[in-house]
Amino acid sequence: MNLTPGGELALVATSLGKRYGNMWALRDCSLSIPQGRVVALVGPNAAGKTTLLHLAVGLLAPSTGEISVHGGLPAGGARARECVGFLAQDSALYPNLSIADTIRMAGHLNTGFDTARAKARITQLQLPPAQKVGKLSGGQRAQLGLSLALAKRPRLLILDEPLSSLDPLARHEFMAALMAAVAEDGISIVFSSHVVSELERVADYLVLLADGRVQVAGDVDDLLAAHRLYTGPAAQADRLAAELPVVRDRRAEAQAHLLVRVPVRTEAAHAEPPEGWQALQVGLEELVLAYLRKPGASAFPEPRELTGRGTAA
Amino acid sequence: MTIDKQSSGGAEASPIVFRLDPGSGMPTYLQLVQQVEHALRLGYLTVGDRLPKVKEVVEGLAINPNTVLKAYRDLEHKGLAVGRPGQGTFIAKTLGGQSRDQDALLRGLLAWMRTADDAGLDEESMVALFTSALREFRAGSTTEAAAR
Repeated sequence: MNLTPGGELALVATSLGKRYGNMWALRDCSLSIPQGRVVALVGPNAAGKTTLLHLAVGLLAPSTGEISVHGGLPAGGARARECVGFLAQDSALYPNLSIADTIRMAGHLNTGFDTARAKARITQLQLPPAQKVGKLSGGQRAQLGLSLALAKRPRLLILDEPLSSLDPLARHEFMAALMAAVAEDGISIVFSSHVVSELERVADYLVLLADGRVQVAGDVDDLLAAHRLYTGPAAQADRLAAELPVVRDRRAEAQAHLLVRVPVRTEAAHAEPPEGWQALQVGLEELVLAYLRKPGASAFPEPRELTGRGTAA
Repeated sequence: MTIDKQSSGGAEASPIVFRLDPGSGMPTYLQLVQQVEHALRLGYLTVGDRLPKVKEVVEGLAINPNTVLKAYRDLEHKGLAVGRPGQGTFIAKTLGGQSRDQDALLRGLLAWMRTADDAGLDEESMVALFTSALREFRAGSTTEAAAR
């Protein structure tokens, strides 16, 4: 099994923008996401997440720039549509159709739809085929939506807030099914989410949008390697903050916690904190929250201007 | 009482099943590596045993398959496991004979605690110091691993 076939890119955006009237929902968006990744797309409401996903699926046309999928196919084109699956928010299914009819309909609407696979998954989930979709629980509806999306055998699966209406157990089961599909088929996943606490287990690539722009983008391992939480005497915090970009700055009279970006892999001097300071690794959740609190800071487009005093704790 | 019994049927089933401690703060792949090492020390796993299949782990824990692959690669680097294409990952070496080491380590730790007690530290201060040292140690060892 090879989950990271080299070279090919799952999604490429170049100076991508989308304007509604004189409002930019998304602008200057440039991304280059390798295949076989599980990409978490996070950001506050109205940051442009759904717009970006709809552009990738071809439900929207860009105002500026370009977007392509699965090794350079223009998004929304006939060939791109064949290899991209999309699960809209709340699955968007017809409540009055039975599960069996929903599968039959999906088979008619999608070329290359694997009806047997969809049915097998429904059996495995122990969902009664005669049941009306409207009578299913949120978790069951999400699983049905996922079964339909996977039966298309996509190479790239795009999901808009798949977890938002699910309880914790249903979230776990949904993610387990999604990750199993990654393990089995080696597909690429892009999903938007508000559930920051559960990203670390599943996502290996992060895209953080803020106010219609890409604030952070990169491999999760690289991002975590590039950040440290420095804890030390508050009296020296200003000097340290002048030397390194600070994403989050929390100070009390004696003690300061600075979440900083550190130079990555510069010889053995990997993120050595100054005398009297302790450097801790940060988790993805902590990192995401720090950037969400500070929309002006960015990682990967060279940050510099992000010093300045945060809230004193 | 068994509340949630994970099935381990089938002749090929792995003798162990992974769990995650969300509060540990330890990267997921390291948790998997440590659980294998732990199972080796305690004798739950021996040479020739198959580790759980990537898909099984992923379905059980809802984690990224690359994380499992990373853990298994790490075990292979350590010479503890070997991957056989199309079949899975199998234990290649046991981790036995550590009990004498552990006794010595325990005595060392007890000596340290007596010193700390003499220095006026209470139990909680010792735990805080130990945890802080452990974290520093772990941060050092993971950055070294990443730099490799």
